[in-house]
Amino acid sequence: MRYYTQQDIVFLKRKANDIRRDIIHMIHKAGAGHPGGSLSAADIVTALYFHVMRVDATNPEWEDRDRFILSKGHACPVWYAALAEKGYFGMEHLDTLRKFHSILQGHPVMVKTPGIDMTTGSLGNGLSLGIGMALSAKAKKKDYKVYVMLGDGELQEGMVWEAAMAGAHYNLDNLTAIIDNNGLQVDGWVQDIMNVYPIVEKFKAFGWYIIEINGHDMYEILNAFQEVSKVKGPVAIIAKTVKGKGVSFMENECKWHGLAPNDDEARMAFQELAREVV
Amino acid sequence: MAERIATRVAFGKELVELGKKYENFVVMDADIAKSCGTELFHKTFPQRSYNFGVAEQNLMGIAAGFASGGTKVFAATYGVFASMRTCEQLRTFVCYPNFDVNVIASHGGIQVGADGATHQAIEDIGIMRSLPGMTIIQPSDGTSAKLAARAVMEFKGPLYIRLLRNPSPIIFNESDYKFEIGKVVSVKDFGNDLAIFATGAMLLKSVQAAEILKEEGIHVKVIEIHTIKPLDENAVVKAAKETGAVITVEDHNIMCGLGSAVAEVLSEKCPTMMRRIGLKDVFAESGDSELLYSHYGMNTEHIIAAAREITALK
Repeated sequence: MRYYTQQDIVFLKRKANDIRRDIIHMIHKAGAGHPGGSLSAADIVTALYFHVMRVDATNPEWEDRDRFILSKGHACPVWYAALAEKGYFGMEHLDTLRKFHSILQGHPVMVKTPGIDMTTGSLGNGLSLGIGMALSAKAKKKDYKVYVMLGDGELQEGMVWEAAMAGAHYNLDNLTAIIDNNGLQVDGWVQDIMNVYPIVEKFKAFGWYIIEINGHDMYEILNAFQEVSKVKGPVAIIAKTVKGKGVSFMENECKWHGLAPNDDEARMAFQELAREVV
Repeated sequence: MAERIATRVAFGKELVELGKKYENFVVMDADIAKSCGTELFHKTFPQRSYNFGVAEQNLMGIAAGFASGGTKVFAATYGVFASMRTCEQLRTFVCYPNFDVNVIASHGGIQVGADGATHQAIEDIGIMRSLPGMTIIQPSDGTSAKLAARAVMEFKGPLYIRLLRNPSPIIFNESDYKFEIGKVVSVKDFGNDLAIFATGAMLLKSVQAAEILKEEGIHVKVIEIHTIKPLDENAVVKAAKETGAVITVEDHNIMCGLGSAVAEVLSEKCPTMMRRIGLKDVFAESGDSELLYSHYGMNTEHIIAAAREITALK
């Protein structure tokens, strides 16, 4: 990735805010969806698509593109919004989320949506899928990178740790896992439902290089990805985030995991997200 | 004594030959390459081989991710693990995106014998049949397995290759056998009294039964169904029309396998008197496979008995 300027930071923060508005818009319009985990991931996904990743919206199948896998597939509104903002498809598609015949399915489906690099939705699978892509890059002597975003509740899936073992075993320096550590899952706080902590020490023990960041601080996000490119092995970015970030009444509220805002709530959310971002 | 070879071994050997001809495929295992017939490929082509240890779900997820780059991937494990431990990976990440992941599923059926029920895949065909877009093949001898491997190289898409643990006699000559995915093979055509549709390890028993029945004056067709999905419906209906009586023979639970597939087609297109031979919805024990076949009503004598019964009713 290229270095960044103060202007880049301002641009990315504003773009992340746009994407948050898109998320609320599309879930409100659909009457269903997952706002909490979409909003917690918004800053990182924005940084990836608008600064970090080597992608071309006019050529979504480009063989040399960097790949992104949203292993926590239920947060797809953030992915769809980023792709639409980036120009993979028209913004009008955001109005069709979860509707019959829409290119935007309830969970990400690569054969339906331009720019979706991998079908996801069943938790725990993304890191294995990413390892497959990373190994394929090595076999074909391609220099593309693979980024996999996982939820913290998702780390309860055993398959994640099978993949963690394999990522280190094959020393995949072209693979980065990003943990969206917002602390909440459907039934409550992750540490109460089934404690996954300490996440850092776990990945470290499996042989991964760890970078800890505030997942809403654009400087820290970009610095992390710059550091990634210097590491000779798989990297796990543990990003402390807030579920529902940016919409105060959704923040750290478990119920907004999979609930659509009604008209009034959407209006309130848009008011908050209309504030100028600098 | 005739040459004997297990289909897992024959398939694995041919994979090595194909590796010399074709560049664009890799082989992945979850520790048991030695048992799946893929170890020779690992040794011959280490750069195109991967082992992920005892972690089948991870194996299949990685296979899907790798195949997304356009490379054919063979992923090998036992049928019990491929169909159940990695069922979801096959469904959501192989079949749904339609990737060219070809599952080498060894140890099909109770032919596995002594390892017992935990390692005998008796429901894998049923599970795989219900995945949209999955093709299922099962060779019946060494020749069939070898030619299947060649056919698979020309094939693109999700594929389940059911192979057998134990060596069995060679049935076919390479010169007069054709393995075409989606087509049946006419093995014996003694007449129109009965059609026996057989797959895998049960083909030889069906041929032996047909020879004995011929002596009794019951003239049978034996048809190999190596592609269980998509089923060669035209050939099945044609044989049913010609004979008016059908027996299916498979080393699999009697539910959801070949017998069910044939019954589904015939009940809609050509209702025909039918008997299904297979494991009758129970778990089998450890033991010699021939003993098991006899105990569970799946041996040559059971095919003969079913043939006598059903032809007498005509």
